[in-house]
Amino acid sequence: MDAGDPPSLPPRFAGWFAQRGWTPRAHQVALVERARAGLSTLLIAPTGAGKTLAGFLPSLIELAPLAEQGARRPHKLHTLYVSPLKALATDVARNLETPVREMGLGARIESRTGDTPPSKRQRQRAYPPDILLTTPEQLCLLIASEHARVFFEDLQAVVIDEIHALAPTKRGDLLALALARLRTWAPEHRRVGLSATVADEEGLAKWLVGLGPSPQRGEGREGGRAGGTASGATAVPSVRPLPLPPPPGAGVILRAPPGAPPIIDVLDSNALIPWAGHTARHAIPEVYDAINRARLALVFVNTRAQAEMTFQELWRVNDENLPIALHHGSLDVAQRRKVEAAMARGDLRAVVCTSTLDLGIDWGDVDLVIQVGAPKGCARLVQRIGRANHRLDEPSRALLAPSNRFEVLECRAAQEAVGEGALDGADARVGGLDCLAQHIMGCACGEPFDADELYAEVISAAPYAALTRAQFGRTLDLVATGGYALRAYDRYRRIVQDLATGRWRPRNPGVAQQHRMNVGAIVESEMLDVRLAVRPLDRRRLAGGDAGGPRTMLPGRRLGQIEEYFIEGLTPGDSFLFAGEVLRLIAVQNTDALVVRARGEQNPSIPSYAGGKFPLSSFLAERVRRLLHEPKRQKQLPSQVRDWIKQQKRRSLVPAPDQMLVETFPRAEKNYLVCYPFEGRLAHQTLGMLITRRLERAGLKPLGFLASEYAVAVWGLEPMGGADFAALFDEDMLGDDLETWLNESTLMKATFAKCAVISGMIERKRPGAERKTGRQVSFSTDLIYDVLKQYQPDHILMQAAFADAGEGYLDLKRLGVLLARIKGAIVHRDLDHVSPFAAPVMLEMGRVPIQGAAEEAILEDAANLIAEAMG
Amino acid sequence: MPLLARSTPKKPAPKPALTLVRAEPVLAIVDRNVEARLAGTMLAALPEGALWIERGRALVVADLHLEKSSSFARGGQMLPPYDTRATLARLAALIDEHEPDIVVSLGDAFHDGGGPARMGEEDREALQALLARADWVWVEGNHEGKAAETLGGVARASLKLGTLDLRHEPTGATNEIAGHLHPCAKVFGRGLSVRRRCFAYDGERMVLPAFGALTGGLNLRDRAFAPVFPNGAFALALGKNGVLPIAPERLLAD
Repeated sequence: MDAGDPPSLPPRFAGWFAQRGWTPRAHQVALVERARAGLSTLLIAPTGAGKTLAGFLPSLIELAPLAEQGARRPHKLHTLYVSPLKALATDVARNLETPVREMGLGARIESRTGDTPPSKRQRQRAYPPDILLTTPEQLCLLIASEHARVFFEDLQAVVIDEIHALAPTKRGDLLALALARLRTWAPEHRRVGLSATVADEEGLAKWLVGLGPSPQRGEGREGGRAGGTASGATAVPSVRPLPLPPPPGAGVILRAPPGAPPIIDVLDSNALIPWAGHTARHAIPEVYDAINRARLALVFVNTRAQAEMTFQELWRVNDENLPIALHHGSLDVAQRRKVEAAMARGDLRAVVCTSTLDLGIDWGDVDLVIQVGAPKGCARLVQRIGRANHRLDEPSRALLAPSNRFEVLECRAAQEAVGEGALDGADARVGGLDCLAQHIMGCACGEPFDADELYAEVISAAPYAALTRAQFGRTLDLVATGGYALRAYDRYRRIVQDLATGRWRPRNPGVAQQHRMNVGAIVESEMLDVRLAVRPLDRRRLAGGDAGGPRTMLPGRRLGQIEEYFIEGLTPGDSFLFAGEVLRLIAVQNTDALVVRARGEQNPSIPSYAGGKFPLSSFLAERVRRLLHEPKRQKQLPSQVRDWIKQQKRRSLVPAPDQMLVETFPRAEKNYLVCYPFEGRLAHQTLGMLITRRLERAGLKPLGFLASEYAVAVWGLEPMGGADFAALFDEDMLGDDLETWLNESTLMKATFAKCAVISGMIERKRPGAERKTGRQVSFSTDLIYDVLKQYQPDHILMQAAFADAGEGYLDLKRLGVLLARIKGAIVHRDLDHVSPFAAPVMLEMGRVPIQGAAEEAILEDAANLIAEAMG
Repeated sequence: MPLLARSTPKKPAPKPALTLVRAEPVLAIVDRNVEARLAGTMLAALPEGALWIERGRALVVADLHLEKSSSFARGGQMLPPYDTRATLARLAALIDEHEPDIVVSLGDAFHDGGGPARMGEEDREALQALLARADWVWVEGNHEGKAAETLGGVARASLKLGTLDLRHEPTGATNEIAGHLHPCAKVFGRGLSVRRRCFAYDGERMVLPAFGALTGGLNLRDRAFAPVFPNGAFALALGKNGVLPIAPERLLAD
């Protein structure tokens, strides 16, 4: 590297590396050279490969001569860094300080997150730093602020961290649109995407650079203006030696050599592997032993409920009092920060955590990653394994602890896939129209826009490449007047067209202010604060009696937050696990759930909140199906599991990978139909809902169904063995049946509510709006949905909600693939009793609320008591 | 159900965790309706959320909040402009079915005083057609006052109908029928919770559910109901297949 013709790194930088005893890595140098040529790059590098430094190195090199002009040089934004986590943005800002200080670069580096005080934000807008580190939401806000173009027009580089985590989400939609806007204002800037785990590299590269007229092509047209950006200071490398225009996406990907392959073990438990359940309780002693042998272990689980349970169980066997901590999204922020700090200090031996520690900052010297329960997807597993051992030359170590027999197969399949370097990835996302609406409003707030120009800009963002001009027009109308066939709101437009220029701008400053208060794509579910109840001792004595009685408790210390619907399911006196403790619910007051510690309580009702429950990826599912059918590959499986598969073969059938098995059998005066598509919980729930309707129509009287990751079970009064399975599983169920069901489903209402908020039809925050204690909402989105469904069912937000439901909650795409796959490949076994594969599914029943339990039935249950009493 | 179990009055009434009704109110499920007695008069709570008083052939609806969406649109939130016609269509269906001699709107007929002026032509005509079909009383609400009178009918601060007192805001007095609070019942079962509009009734007074298409609800366990129903109230919830009476101890707070 040191013998390169034009020195890859300026002397100051080369010297700094040498001083630290480092050699610049090939991809770090490559990024410097590509940046010099004005090229954008998607850098795929394993954790520990110096990715972040690679992303910033070109900017630091370009800024070095600039910074020498001293503190009075003009304030121009040079590099924008966007991360999905605000903690990551502040952490990276901190980490950059070291090289900047040691090389004496004097670059201005600042972060800007939701926590940044308004005074600082204001100052940043007037005096931009050289490098600004922020989140997608803050970027949207900057774009929607006045004179946004001035703020961004000097921009040279955008760095997007953990890009794979952002791109397939609504936050990613907003970010892609924001990037398209930046391209208009600063056509020359290059982009760098950073990621460790990418399945669809081409797709992500396209997402990163966009599809529109490339900056290079734009240069000729606006050449004069472009030169002005960093003119005086481009003596050294940042002058662009006329770049070659690369086709979008292609030639953008830069792969660093992978690190040492990870060593993954699947726990071959000596204990009996359970048939069903997700606790992995049987494996806890072995997990504990593994922790004991490691320096610092991260114990990943898939849900917060599992985190609480695993934490509790580990402490039950923690004879040596190892410092084991808990970290998940419901815990109080202060509590999480404490755990992170303890990790960083090396005070801990293990942390039980959820996806909160998937991304971002490395808090300690982790040398073992334990995954309790199945990993659900390879990319996630690789990401998690990457949290261990950030030295490239040493392999990361991971241990998978499956919690039931199907999960043993899944863990084994994942182990194989990671070994082969295969990854599962989501298909490229089609951008949401609700996000587009928010963006259009934001654009108007930042600078009056011309509709045709904005359309051209929007379709240059990959998620919106297929957006038609008509759809754009309807979305624009949604922003302006609500997009209704009944033109009732023309006089209340939020944005209006300037008569002279035809450009759109907010009707008044108040409307723009409203928009800025509601930026973002994260819509939280209703949360309650969990607080320790304290008895107002003094007051009681003063009152000299039992004034108020034992129920008068005051809210004390806050332990964290919990979803409202979980608390709804409890009655005062019930106990549950939270923040690693068994708590007893005393009362719910306003937005507080008051609790006391339930000491000595052994069997709390475990919290079942669903935070972070991922469905099995289709990639992994296919591998599980193959594994099931190939006895040769099953040799490594625990004997209990091999025996279970053998029994299934004897009593029923083990389907070929391209087949779907359907079993029917009677049990306890009911009749069952169980099918095994292995397509993940979401697709199965949808399938269950739809085949239940069809069985109903066929007169087979289904009573309910249950969907697991691997199977769907339907039960009813009549035997279902005689059904026409080809017709039952025909693809046409995705037509009318789906639509009728969706129209009455609460899921659509919930999805619509989110779209309505993101699009700006409904505002989350209004100036001066106080939080009402009784939470008497001024209007309910359910009612809005009902009215709209009746009077304008094809409204654009209804379409957006339908698309979201299909994508996110119903997994329609996967269900469609499944139905096509099993056409003519359904094998049916009519059995006398439950099969080995069906048993785990049957065991799940009674643990989960039955899907499809109708609102009316719940109300009628509640009313029944009275009806009975009145005879 | 036990009567008067522990009803020694305490001064700073703590939010009751489990409330007992003082006396079991008389309720009868008749077809899809629930019939209840108040001040010696039989009332029928209809599943559409209106009250039918056979003696006097009066149809009572509360809190129509017409033109709520346009009121929000003025402030920048473009709610669907179909709420007025949705509400009026449901009201028209009830008038077709029951052919009342008198229709009483129990206040907050419009979301604000400017509502009648903002009404679309079509909606205004629909409302005026309804006004022509019965005697019409607009009990004044805190949102719109007398504004609705401009369209027809008469506006009154309150109305006495036989032994019953009809007004917008409940005072807690006996024999009173009111609106204003938008009661809503919440119950839990089968792993899910359901929230539904309801009548609130304790044998001595009644609060009607909001009738308007876009009007939200206030949980019956909210403290705002405590002064009106000191001993708790039955919820007569609006089921799709009929009104469902739910005992106070089954009701959940938000």
